[in-house]
Amino acid sequence: MHIEKLIKMANQIGAFFEAMPDRTQAMKDIASHIQRTWDPAMRATLLAHLDTQAEADIGLKPIVDEAVRSHRKALEAPT
Amino acid sequence: MNQISDIDYGTPARTSAEMVSLEIDGVTVSVPAGTSLMRAAMEAGIAIPKLCATESLEPFGSCRLCLVEIEGRRGTPASCTTPAEAGMKVRTQSPRLAALRRGVMELYISDHPLDCLTCSANGNCELQTMAGVVGLREVRYGMDGANHLSDRKDRSNPYFTYDPAKCIVCYRCVRACEETQGTFALTIDGRGFASRVSPGQMQPFIGSECVSCGACVQACPTATLMENSVIEMGQAEHSVVTTCAYCGVGCSFRADVKGNEVVRMVPHKDGKANEGHSCVKGRFAWGYATHADRILKPMIRKRITDPWREVGWDEALAYAAGEFRRLQDKYGRNSIGGIVSSRCTNEETYLVQKMVRAAFGNNNVDTCARVCHSPTGYGLKQTLGESAGTQAFKSIEKSDVIVVIGANPTDGHPVFASRLKRRLRQGAKLIVIDPRRIDLVSGPHVRAEHHLKLRPGTNVAILSALAHVIVTEGLVAEQFVQARCDTTSFEQWREFVARPENSPEATAEVTGVPAEELRAAARLYAKGGNSAIYYGLGVTEHSQGSTAVIAIANLAMATANVGREGVGVNPLRGQNNVQGSCDMGSFPHELPGYRHISDDATRGDFERRWGVSLQREPGLRIPNMFDAAIDGSFKGLYCQGEDIAQSDPNTKHVIAALEAMECIVVQDLFLTETAKYAHVFLPGSSFLEKEGTFTNAERRISRVRKVMPPKAGMSDWQVTMALSNALGYPMNYHHPAEIMVEIAALTPTFAGVTYERIDELGSIQWPCNAVAPDGTPTMHVDEFVRGKGRFMITQYVPTDEKVTRRFPLLLTTGRILSQYNVGTQTRRTGNLRFHPEDLLEIHPHDAEERGIIDGDRTTLESRAGSTVLRARVTDRMQPGVVYTTFHFPESGANVVTTDNSDWATNCPEYKVTAVQVARIVEHAARDAGLEVADVV
Repeated sequence: MHIEKLIKMANQIGAFFEAMPDRTQAMKDIASHIQRTWDPAMRATLLAHLDTQAEADIGLKPIVDEAVRSHRKALEAPT
Repeated sequence: MNQISDIDYGTPARTSAEMVSLEIDGVTVSVPAGTSLMRAAMEAGIAIPKLCATESLEPFGSCRLCLVEIEGRRGTPASCTTPAEAGMKVRTQSPRLAALRRGVMELYISDHPLDCLTCSANGNCELQTMAGVVGLREVRYGMDGANHLSDRKDRSNPYFTYDPAKCIVCYRCVRACEETQGTFALTIDGRGFASRVSPGQMQPFIGSECVSCGACVQACPTATLMENSVIEMGQAEHSVVTTCAYCGVGCSFRADVKGNEVVRMVPHKDGKANEGHSCVKGRFAWGYATHADRILKPMIRKRITDPWREVGWDEALAYAAGEFRRLQDKYGRNSIGGIVSSRCTNEETYLVQKMVRAAFGNNNVDTCARVCHSPTGYGLKQTLGESAGTQAFKSIEKSDVIVVIGANPTDGHPVFASRLKRRLRQGAKLIVIDPRRIDLVSGPHVRAEHHLKLRPGTNVAILSALAHVIVTEGLVAEQFVQARCDTTSFEQWREFVARPENSPEATAEVTGVPAEELRAAARLYAKGGNSAIYYGLGVTEHSQGSTAVIAIANLAMATANVGREGVGVNPLRGQNNVQGSCDMGSFPHELPGYRHISDDATRGDFERRWGVSLQREPGLRIPNMFDAAIDGSFKGLYCQGEDIAQSDPNTKHVIAALEAMECIVVQDLFLTETAKYAHVFLPGSSFLEKEGTFTNAERRISRVRKVMPPKAGMSDWQVTMALSNALGYPMNYHHPAEIMVEIAALTPTFAGVTYERIDELGSIQWPCNAVAPDGTPTMHVDEFVRGKGRFMITQYVPTDEKVTRRFPLLLTTGRILSQYNVGTQTRRTGNLRFHPEDLLEIHPHDAEERGIIDGDRTTLESRAGSTVLRARVTDRMQPGVVYTTFHFPESGANVVTTDNSDWATNCPEYKVTAVQVARIVEHAARDAGLEVADVV
């Protein structure tokens, strides 16, 4: 799946939760939303993108980047 | 069911706590105060002769056939207009009354042709019946009165004929148009023998304001207004009560049938969604079911470039199953999936998602609700706790303020619109929030108090601004919020909406709505009494669709407009079973009843019942399936009753996805646009061939009953079952009722639902369980389903779809009354007469800048593609915004829509596309038959 589309989707999710006053909770909600609605392959593609791209090229909003990294375990596809 | 004629009580039922007892022909009867003598008599089993009265209309008192005698009172009052009073002694039969009635009938018959034997109403004519009832034996005025037989019939409407010769001037048609439909298209022109039913200014029906709802035809006691199908086929011999398969209102209909052929569809008066009313689609546009284009034999082909080959069911199903298994063996278990249509029944939908999860072994199942109301499911679940509207349609009768946002009920949900207009005529106030001046904004009989004519894509800014006014002007229902809502989330929300950037003055720049107008609307909503919000796809089909739904729920909670009749949050669902298909677990992440697939206890219930282990991770949504297909990881699709090639956005992208798949199985009535890319075609059944249930926008589960056998020999649920069996996962149901038993056993909100219970109650609004055995008309009464109502912050995020110099206009899309979605059904009916093509509505200023005049052909171009549409220049549009419908594949409105989508659900942003419009100059050469055109 095209990573550009996944990045856009993740950033859109981030834009909604970013407005919440509790940043920690917002990051949890971002990760939870992705985990609960994205197919594991989509999540894996996003995580692989994070692993392989230089920071400047990742393209995620900071809050999304941080949410994905800090909740990585929950987002990983089941083995 | 064999009942063709319902009992007609003559005048509407009244509701009153006070009961009055009286005696009619020696029989004591008690009725609510305000009930007419005519109805009271019928309640006692005594039929009083009548012609101008019928129970769907207020009494009129013109025919003088229903006269009665009341002990101690002078004269012979009309029983239809005389209210029952305590202690009355009424006589409905006496020599004097008989003589009077015969006299009245003589007058009627003296002006009526005596062609009963060849009349289309023969056997179902109230005039004929009344002549028999009163014992008419002679007409002293002779039989050669002014019978108008030479008057021309009006056959302009494709569905009914007006025959002036048969008219008895009872005004029932005129009153039905006013009271039932609310269009006021009819009047009686002329006096005495010259009286005529006049559509508009004595125009033909087709050219008048008539919306062909059929209310006048239904009300007519003679053959004056008669369905053409009855004229052609004669009277029906039995009837079946079923549910309409068009919009989310879910009207109940009585199909009048002769053998296996439908003679006519008549709105069922006991149907709680429609209470005896209908629209042009449900009432008349059912001819597609027997259209010659129906494909009735299964077909297969190896490649989409090969010709189709007709095969038997077994071969088609074995081929489909073999291909699906081949793909899974080659590309993995998750390489295939299924799409369910919101036009199919609950049972069919449930079965498809079961087959995908249990037989395919993955969760790649989605529904076309993805592209319409998926944000409703998300937004209402997050805030109120349940993915559904809060009210019954009837609730609007107690509304004082009605907000319509992003919906056009007179076109999209016409039977609900009639209820709405009736309430407005009674004095309720209307607020319309829409970029376009829809009919409700300003008409001869309804008017919006406020029309917030926003720029497309700014719903969230508007809703937050409304909240800003409510919070900053002290209009919050503090007591309700404290008692019923999560106060922490409320305080956060209050702080957010109170910020200056959310004020109407600040948002006016992006929304285009004047601050004072918005402030007045907010005050009215908050303090106008019972306020109800009704919304449609103009809310959901945005990149912030879910945010807007949440914002609507926030408003309702903040003003205590949830949890009782007259208020609430009400999604107007697009298709007949959008609610049901969502309820049935058609989303890839949810099992029936909106329970997440990762919930071990819920998944365990299904695993035990189904005898398989299920994946605990969500599957692909429809747009994800397309993306995965283009990437090469998604190879096979079972698509039941959904024309994704026409209805989904960015057609070019969708077609690329379809072309990339190796096996597409389409189950449908016709060779749809999607079927062009299919490898297996399985003939589907129309709603007239189905047994099952639909669930409408008010959560009402209604029975769909088979009117005729499946034309292709198999019901849709049988086809899915057979495919599952061919895949090696056994299913063995004998009737859809058994599927409902399984649904009820696994879905707490459906626990009390059975076919027997639906038959008993007529229909049931879920939740229906031990706590609410008769269903739940109003939700969240004492507490929200989630416990405390949850406020959520709704930051406005502008869409990525921005106007530029190249694409300076915003396109928004919608529906028209006579056509339905991509037109697969309605384009195969007489409705084409009303709307033969999609048009591009454009404001006069924008048109003038481009040299466009009304009727010109234009190109409509976006970043995704371009199409050609004829222009309609109208100030209904605001400058900078254009509008079209999407009913015709030729115009292909979705060629231009983009694949931007809602952040939470991926519901496409159909409602905002940056476009350019240009006039096509057609050379004189075209007149010579050459295809030459330039765009200027």
